Parts: sequence; structure tokens; C-alpha cells
Amino acid sequence: MWSNLIGSRSNGEVNVVESGAVRKFAEAIGDFHYMKENPYGKRVAPPTFPITFRYGSIEGLELPESGLIHGDQRFEYNRPLFVGEEVFCTLVLKDAFEKEGKSGPLYFLIFERIGEDREGKRIFIASSTVIVTEAVRKEMNA
Amino acid sequence: MTRQLPVQWEIGEALEPITFPPVTRLELIRYAGASGDFNPIHTIDEAAEKAGLPGVIAHGMLTMAKLSRWFSPYLEYGFVQNFYTRFTGMVFVGDVITIGGKVVGKEERDSAIAYKFDVFARNQKEENVALGKLTFLVSSEAEEVNYGERQSSDRHRR
Repeated sequence: MWSNLIGSRSNGEVNVVESGAVRKFAEAIGDFHYMKENPYGKRVAPPTFPITFRYGSIEGLELPESGLIHGDQRFEYNRPLFVGEEVFCTLVLKDAFEKEGKSGPLYFLIFERIGEDREGKRIFIASSTVIVTEAVRKEMNA
Repeated sequence: MTRQLPVQWEIGEALEPITFPPVTRLELIRYAGASGDFNPIHTIDEAAEKAGLPGVIAHGMLTMAKLSRWFSPYLEYGFVQNFYTRFTGMVFVGDVITIGGKVVGKEERDSAIAYKFDVFARNQKEENVALGKLTFLVSSEAEEVNYGERQSSDRHRR
């Protein structure tokens, strides 16, 4: 039911890899290595940190507020993400399809979240599969 | 300057398992705040029960973050270049998560070596809650890795 929006893209938003935000995230995941500088004077953000960014929203895309299932997640980096840098982030609906499940249809949405540097060079791409059950979808339209 | 990776990963070798302290509600609240994912099924019992769950469940992304723990001591040598996780089970408060994995590949790429790993996260009942694949890219020129690309002006700044 979301297939008409395949290929749609958000306008994007600029995010800053804020030092305090990375520290809090590192504390939350219990990984203190991300709290200190490396010998090159840089601090790298944890690989899953891009989930904290804002990517803008895709016009016309409505999703249930709750009950979404996060099926899988991938992060692919061209280089590490550094504390202090600005990242331009966009969201794309890459694919949308239906599969027959045990209790009715399941809706699969494949999203790509892209982070670029100031020159427009890609830093990372994060892909995720979101699954919507029929019960959850119905609730949205109720 | 070339820095030598202090570990050796050979294909077929297992990663030393890491067992985390039991998942606590405070941990989930802290992760909600740090990640911005305030879906109440992760923090509030009533919301979880309304969603048909026996109790609050951990954020899948928190388990995913734990799955890369082996590599964070080596951030000056390389970085997690590709990281895939499939969420296969729910994690509840009190669960004890252990991560394990093995080296499945070692490829030379230009001046870098890509180490590939299969990883998993299991609960105390030995059920897989997440399965992943991860590539850690180690550059023979660590500075290059750390700057993403060569920068002539301030690359020796300490």
C-alpha cells in the first residue's frame, strides 16, 4: 500500500555530530571507547550513532505510530563519522512490498538513510527494513 | 606512520564471547534518551502490555550497538565499515546477553585489510536475539582512515 511512494525522498536536514550527544550515546550503550580521542586528535562516533539524526520526512508517507517491527538494519561507511562534523541527512523509501504471513499480509518497507559531508560526499548509508502487520495497519486507518 | 593492529584475526577463529550485565530498565530509559527512540514499549510496562508483550523490550538498536563491542578498542587502526544486523528475538529486562562470533573473511583492498565477521547475540536461554555480519576495515595508513582522506594542512595536529 506504500508502493506508490517508492523512490520518494525527504528534503533532508543538517545534523551536527555533537560531542555531548556522542558521549551520552556512548554511556547509554556502555562503550567508553567512544568517549575519548584517538591518537590523531579525533573522536569517532559509534557505528549505530546515525540513528540519532534527523533525516526529514517523506511527503505523503504515513506510518502507524506504534507496532512497527524493526526487521533488520545495515550501516555502510565510506569513512568513519567524526565528532564535530556536519552531516546532511536524507531519507529515501527504497522499496515497499507485501508478503503473505501466517496471520494475514505483512507489509515491508525498505528505507535508506544517507549521510553526506559538506561537499556532498557520502559518509554513510543506513538501510532498514520495517515490517507492518495487518493488525497494526488497520489500527492506523481506524 | 603505520600502526600495527595489536590483534590478529585469522579466518575460522572465534571471537572471545562477551557477556553483558543483565538488561535493566534504567539502561533502556538511558538509551531512549540518548537515541531519541521514545517508543514506550521500551520503557513503560502498560504500553508494552497493550502491545501484547509480557513486559518492556530492549531497543533492537541497543543490542546492535553491543554487537560491535569487540572493535571499539581498535578505533585508531580502523573502523566498522559495514554492519548488518537482523533482529531475531526480543530482549527483556533481566535478560543476560552474550555476544559471540567468528572471523569469516580477510580481504586485501588497496592499502587496507577488510576483516569480516559473523556475529550473534544470545540470551540466557541460548536463543539468538540478533544475528549480524560486520566488516572492520584496517588501513595500513591509520591516519588516512582517521581522516577519511588525506588532509595536508592539519594532519599532524595532536
